[in-house]
Amino acid sequence: MKPEVGTRDARLNYRADLERIASFVPERSRVLDLGCGDGALLKLLVDRKHVIGRGVEISEEGVRDCISKGLTVYHGDLDEGLGDYPNDSFDYVILSQTLQAVHKPEFVLKEMLRVGAVGIVSFPNFAYWKIRWQLLTTGRMPKTDYLPYEWYDTPNIHLLTVKDFHDFCASHCLAVDQACYLTNGHEVQTLPNLLAKLAIFVVRRK
Amino acid sequence: MLETVKKGSAGFVSTQYFTFAEPPHELELDSGERLGPITLAFETYGRLNADRSNAVLIEHALSGDAHAAGISVDENSISALELGMHGIESAGGTIDKRRLGWWDDMIGPGKAFDTDKYFVICSNVIGGCRGSTGPSSLNPRTGRPYGLSFPVVTIADMVRAQRHLIDYLGIERLLTVTGGSMGGMQALEWAVSYPDRVRSCIAFATAARLSAQGIAFDEVGRQAIMADPHWRNGDYYGLANPDTGLAIARMVGHITYLSDESMHNKFGRRLRNREKYGYDFSPEFEVESYLHYQGDAFTKRFDANSYLYITKAIDYFDLSNGHGSLKAAFRGVNARFLVISFTSDWLYPSYQSKEIVRAIKANAGDVTYFEVESSYGHDAFLLEYEAVTPLVTGFLAHTLEAAERRS
Repeated sequence: MKPEVGTRDARLNYRADLERIASFVPERSRVLDLGCGDGALLKLLVDRKHVIGRGVEISEEGVRDCISKGLTVYHGDLDEGLGDYPNDSFDYVILSQTLQAVHKPEFVLKEMLRVGAVGIVSFPNFAYWKIRWQLLTTGRMPKTDYLPYEWYDTPNIHLLTVKDFHDFCASHCLAVDQACYLTNGHEVQTLPNLLAKLAIFVVRRK
Repeated sequence: MLETVKKGSAGFVSTQYFTFAEPPHELELDSGERLGPITLAFETYGRLNADRSNAVLIEHALSGDAHAAGISVDENSISALELGMHGIESAGGTIDKRRLGWWDDMIGPGKAFDTDKYFVICSNVIGGCRGSTGPSSLNPRTGRPYGLSFPVVTIADMVRAQRHLIDYLGIERLLTVTGGSMGGMQALEWAVSYPDRVRSCIAFATAARLSAQGIAFDEVGRQAIMADPHWRNGDYYGLANPDTGLAIARMVGHITYLSDESMHNKFGRRLRNREKYGYDFSPEFEVESYLHYQGDAFTKRFDANSYLYITKAIDYFDLSNGHGSLKAAFRGVNARFLVISFTSDWLYPSYQSKEIVRAIKANAGDVTYFEVESSYGHDAFLLEYEAVTPLVTGFLAHTLEAAERRS
């Protein structure tokens, strides 16, 4: 579900995303990372912010990597991984570049904010100008370093834009505490829906 | 003969014995009865470090014993498993495989429970017949074997007895308690009963309570034993043993340890030593001869009464007993947990492991869960050592590191 980290740019972008997410998380908070992959973000949070960290990951390989990093992780899907937790078990629940890949995004977001007070959600912005341009000029499904898959073989089944997410928050009574837009590791200040490759939102229940 | 010790072996080992609970200080059991004196058979591998923080307690399953690793030098030691049938061929031809410990694949230098790093202990349960006090032991009051006068013991009683051994070994806090199946039940019981004595718990292919299906199979095994005329209400010592009943019990047991897929892969419909059907009732399918072999081999090393007592202990096991709920049982438990299940295990299915995980999560506990893809059924916890070794290694290393940081 994570972007293929083959290219240098993609690796740097991924890292920038993690660093930015980490900056939103206060020291010693309780953190749940949904779709935590190899545990890179969780490990960073545990080492640097001394958080109490928990992960959920469906791939065997990812869970193995997490365990070898000493992380606490649940091998299973998000529904199961979330459902077991009582209300307000966490201060922060993170969904890093996973939202576009889940089957029921609405349900997952709702569950996130049931088990945690604050949600941090990052996703590739499908309205990024290069994506628009690719679709316009080639007439085919765009591919980028964040969305590198063929249409017929992609985990990314719920693509969305910055505007879509704002609309979702408005219609689902979620308050956006902070929003951060990134392109190649740099913050985007203007026209985020057009200029940002990646969006990070910090949301909570209203 | 024993010429070489293969690399990664815990080496030549001998079972030791520890006796306690001498009257009037008998051990009080869940049933309200008292038992003493009690002898526990145990083995250790590796060395206890200076701050005594590296002790690992291994718990065996229904038919296991204290000889978990290395090569036994004891007379008449036949390992807990019918070896060769359990994939321990890797041991090298020069060693009598039957002298290898039942979890030798997991315990030894460089293995999951690395004896270069950890001090590993394994003891035989009470109620057993492999050196610890059980129904075949002499009752000091009568000078005759206990038989059915032996009190019914529970998993918690087994753990209670082990606690005395751990005290005797001078270990205040175990780095981890681990085991599969009934061994996993004991490991969980340790974490719940003695939260201050356990830093972590690794539970393989187990459950917080045995399913109705599991109880059902155990009862068939017990009835097979009790229906054997040689059983004589448990009073058969010195006479013919109820071998037929015990062998049938073991055959039923073995069916539950396999899976449809593993039976298909291992035996299919192949015939043994013949080309055509015999049109009679002698065992002719390979799966039949496998079960007969396992049944017969079992009678040579296991006591039928112990089989009754230990299966009963498994049936009675319910971690929520006395707590109200499973969630409540884990309240105040501060061990880290690693819970591992296997996809094809239908005796202790994954949903039962997830039940444990859910209860720990509900208490904001520290639990990692992993489901291993395997076709081996319940036996997977013994056979999938390559898949689980890196998990255990990582989990233990970080648990030890955290323990040392705190002390």
